[in-house]
Amino acid sequence: MGLRLAATRRRLVAGAVALVLLGGAGAATAVVTGSPEPVHRSDQRLTMPDARIDTSFFTTGPSDRRRPAVLLGHGFGANKDELTEQAEQLARDGYAVLTWSARGFGKSTGRIGLNDPKGEGADVRRLVDWLAERPEVQLDGEGDPRVGVTGASYAGAAALLAAGQDKRVDAIAPMITYWDLADALFPENVYKKLWAGVFFTTGSLAPDGDQRGVPGRSGADENPGDPPRRGGGNSAERPQTRPHNGCGRFQAELCRMYERVAESGRPDAEARKLLAERSPAAFADRIRVPTLLVHGQSDSLFPLDHGDRIARAVSGNGAPVAVDWIAGGHDGGDNEIDRVRQRVTSWFDRHLRGDESVDTGPAFRVSRTGGINSTNGSATLRGASASDYPGLRAGTVDVPLAGPQQTFRNPPGAGPPSLSTIPGLGGGLDQLRSFNVSISQDMPGQFAAFRSKPLERSQRITGTPTATVHVRASGATDRTRDGSGTEAVLFGKVYDVAPDGRRTLPSQLVSPVRVTGADEGRTVRLRLPAVDHEVKAGHRLELVVASTDLAYASPLQAADYTVSLADPALSVPTASAVRAEAAAFPWWVWGLPLAGALVAAALLLTARRGRGGPRPGRAETDPELADVPLEITGLSKRYAGSADRYAVRDVAFRVEKGQVLGLLGPNGAGKTTTLRMLMGLITPDAGEIRIFGHAVRPGAPVLSRVGAFVEGAGFLPHLSGRANLELYWRATGRPAGDAHVEEALEIADLGEALDRAVRTYSQGMRQRLAIAQAMLGLPDLLILDEPTNGLDPPQIREMREVMIRYAETGRTVIVSSHLLSEVEQSCSHLVVMDRGRLVQAGPVAEITGAGDSLLVGLAGEPDAERLAKYAEQAAAVPGVTSAEPAPPPEGGLLLRLDGATPADVLGALVAAGLPVERFGPNRRLEDAFLTMIGGPSA
Amino acid sequence: MNRHLEAAPGYRPGHTLPLRVEAVRQLRRRRTLVMGGLLAALPFILLIAFAIGDGDRPGRRITLMDTATASGLNFAAVSLFVSAGFLLVIPVALFCGDTVASEAGWSSLRYLLAAPVPRWRLLWSKLVVALAFSVAAIVLLPLVALAVGTVAYGWGPLRIPTGGALPADEALLRLGLAVLFIVLSQLVTAGLAFWLSTRTDAPLGAVGGAVGLVILGNVLDAVTALEDWREFLPAHWQFAWLDALQPELVWDGMVKGTAVSLAYALVLFALAFRGFGRKDVVS
Repeated sequence: MGLRLAATRRRLVAGAVALVLLGGAGAATAVVTGSPEPVHRSDQRLTMPDARIDTSFFTTGPSDRRRPAVLLGHGFGANKDELTEQAEQLARDGYAVLTWSARGFGKSTGRIGLNDPKGEGADVRRLVDWLAERPEVQLDGEGDPRVGVTGASYAGAAALLAAGQDKRVDAIAPMITYWDLADALFPENVYKKLWAGVFFTTGSLAPDGDQRGVPGRSGADENPGDPPRRGGGNSAERPQTRPHNGCGRFQAELCRMYERVAESGRPDAEARKLLAERSPAAFADRIRVPTLLVHGQSDSLFPLDHGDRIARAVSGNGAPVAVDWIAGGHDGGDNEIDRVRQRVTSWFDRHLRGDESVDTGPAFRVSRTGGINSTNGSATLRGASASDYPGLRAGTVDVPLAGPQQTFRNPPGAGPPSLSTIPGLGGGLDQLRSFNVSISQDMPGQFAAFRSKPLERSQRITGTPTATVHVRASGATDRTRDGSGTEAVLFGKVYDVAPDGRRTLPSQLVSPVRVTGADEGRTVRLRLPAVDHEVKAGHRLELVVASTDLAYASPLQAADYTVSLADPALSVPTASAVRAEAAAFPWWVWGLPLAGALVAAALLLTARRGRGGPRPGRAETDPELADVPLEITGLSKRYAGSADRYAVRDVAFRVEKGQVLGLLGPNGAGKTTTLRMLMGLITPDAGEIRIFGHAVRPGAPVLSRVGAFVEGAGFLPHLSGRANLELYWRATGRPAGDAHVEEALEIADLGEALDRAVRTYSQGMRQRLAIAQAMLGLPDLLILDEPTNGLDPPQIREMREVMIRYAETGRTVIVSSHLLSEVEQSCSHLVVMDRGRLVQAGPVAEITGAGDSLLVGLAGEPDAERLAKYAEQAAAVPGVTSAEPAPPPEGGLLLRLDGATPADVLGALVAAGLPVERFGPNRRLEDAFLTMIGGPSA
Repeated sequence: MNRHLEAAPGYRPGHTLPLRVEAVRQLRRRRTLVMGGLLAALPFILLIAFAIGDGDRPGRRITLMDTATASGLNFAAVSLFVSAGFLLVIPVALFCGDTVASEAGWSSLRYLLAAPVPRWRLLWSKLVVALAFSVAAIVLLPLVALAVGTVAYGWGPLRIPTGGALPADEALLRLGLAVLFIVLSQLVTAGLAFWLSTRTDAPLGAVGGAVGLVILGNVLDAVTALEDWREFLPAHWQFAWLDALQPELVWDGMVKGTAVSLAYALVLFALAFRGFGRKDVVS
């Protein structure tokens, strides 16, 4: 019945309907576009006895392709327009879909007969007839289309009735509907006054051709394209709402019945009969088609036991049945529209299209409400299922109840009433429910309560608990018409009571019972509301029997009821075969991290790490070079962003053991870049570097035999010098004993500053500490880049001696500098670089020219004649090959030696009486250097 | 001399830059100590704030804040609540974003690499230590808050703002779960910061970049027009841990949030390793 209550939005009329030409023959067609597959829609009004039924037919693809059909009905108070979206979806799934507005709703005329077999029932048969004529629809035989029927509430009952009345119907999927309308509105002969009132008022208000004014609430989405048409503005152009004797479009006999029952507050046999005849229950033995039953847990109008009775009847007839308890229902809550639609489609795929591969889901499934997802505020749902429908009394356990006999009042006028269900509100409190908030309330003095002990283990209730109580009424004067004695109406409910006393009424449901002959005392078995609810360990169950309830009509006469437990056990169905399904997360919950892992793996596996290392075709290790500290061949490097300019180009040289090699060149010559490549910090574009025969690549183990100080110090400023060295050594992972820290510290010569934080150090102190760090572990190859920067002259001299001594131990030292004097005085070999290229390499002497030459400065600025004489004398010294006046500006004599040491020569010169003032090496190296780098070497 | 040796005696690539060494290197840094002190002090500041403030103002929406003084557990939960959105992002961004970039800034990176610490080993040690520090920072706050709160308000069940209470022992587990989720959800911040850290020599750039992108995520998450796309923003799930502190434990948000965070983090970590493995270190 899709009674639309809580929401205040008015029903909208589909704009498409405005296009419809009136008359049975007149049909307007429109192609709905903007969707993946265009859905063809045609609207027509079909003439039926006493009514014209407004229908829409939805198909996709070619019209001569025959396919199964689905009849899709709407809820009470709505019309076919609310079905458009679902119909299009089904049409795209390959069905021919016919929606219709039931008699008295939408643009359909006729009187509402509450699924009267002769009214609405006959209409559905004629719709099936119409489908059989369509070229799009698959036929099982002459005039027998392959057809399924589905719909919620009012239409759900129509589906059941169609299956019961028309053998051509092949499968049905009724949702949140009733089995026996009499039982739904008059359960246990108690008048469910709020729901019945809402129900009949909705129908009575239904004006001609429009449902305006009926508050709408259902799971179905409104059509987004519907133009809003508000009441009031256009009332002049349409017929005024004119209730038919206050009954709207209800059939007169229904209207009379309603008025009679509502006034008396007590259903009579005639009323029951009238409704029962129009209920699916009347055709129980004839519903023999596969049935998917969707029922709502938050449904005080058509509670779960209606679904239970349908399931038992249909499966008793031998037809397959699946039962699905959704979280919502007529009281609101989550109606799980997407999941339910999917399931209905699967059901029809299997049972209409005959696709055996389709999984129609478990025979029984229940949605269980968890807590709140605080990110989006929605209540979470989780499925539980069983391979068989357990019914409402499966796996009962007895929970002992305790409580004395209690007497309570039925107040005169039955007010103020206790509160449990409020139509359309109860289940909407799903979210509150998970916070243990309950709106239910029992009036003091109007109920009896019997409590269990706290449960030791948590216990799931799935179904209908029962209890047996003894009831006696006194002072009641409400006599039945047949004189069966005093009647009492009681309301049974089971609370979940938390340890802190908070009480929760599961699904806000309550069960009424009418007790006749109550003045004599009666023992009554209470069938309590069917729910699915978990009672946590430590919680109690509490059976409450109350005399009033807001949602029901109960005797108005004052009375006292005395209730005691006839059986001290509450029999609770547990349906233990129902197992929680694995939590349903969207695919990406697993897919995303997996994809992330795959992308990560791909990123790592495709990473180019291989640059550097040996040149193609050469081994990682060359044993012949094992004693060669360094060999560089064909080394080139261009930095990113300067593709046209080489930082180092085609450099090759070799360093032998015991050498102190000077790497000389002006700033920007590529010295540091070469050293960085040597240390594996940057990878060459071409060429290879071998240290002790091992090709160098980033992090190559052979680098552990190299100690380096390149481009300034690098320390953790917050740590002391000592801690820095210590942690550096520990970071190499090598044994502490190999570090030779003391020797290194001696070189650093930091004194007390060693235990201060490095950030307090001067430039020179850092420099010395960095050189000390490079020498930790006494590496076989020591690389020092501009080591004397920032050192004072004594320290510079000390540093030179350190390097020379270090090489004397058989180790090798490479010193880079842009200062000639630096390398000249400490190096045995030189590599001169300029603008990225190697200019010259070799022993210092080789670069400075053949043999050694000395410049001798003479005192007194001798004239040329005297100078020539001195030259003659000098040339006579043994081991001196030539002596000639040096060119200005130096002046003095230039001697070339062959075999003599400078010391010998000096002694001989002084002995010969030459006024030697200065005596030193000729600065040919500087000349050579300047010549080399000044030339067209780039 | 060490003829034919591939490496110096005792050198094993897998034993370079041991975690303990890296931890000592980072632990003595001032930023580590300041961050730890700040997180440890926050509960005391909150305590004073609650002592000064007058909590009762009826008619407002009930939030976790209103239950802060109910018990030590409540106080710890509230401390998380006020800090999870932004405050806890900072230590993660700091520890993961600063770790490589600061070494580059100090030039100590090249000496480590030339030691040689293999690049994957260097990143691995740094990542593990940075993550450990991040976890410690995230755990420190609720731990101190729990201790402070218990002293101030007593040990008792966790009162839930909308009613009901969780028994103390279960609430403790749930709080642990909430902290675990916060840690996992911050992996994406860690990944982002770590990746940036390998891309720049400026520590502030890496930390600030990571924090900036987290803020951008928050801004995007506020754009409701994005609808379901927001589910793929890590920031969307930053308060999903609240699901652990309600009567009915809800996994949905936390599982999704973890999935999103993990996926991004894996890619970002891989990017960091890939980029750093081939990078020319010129700092």
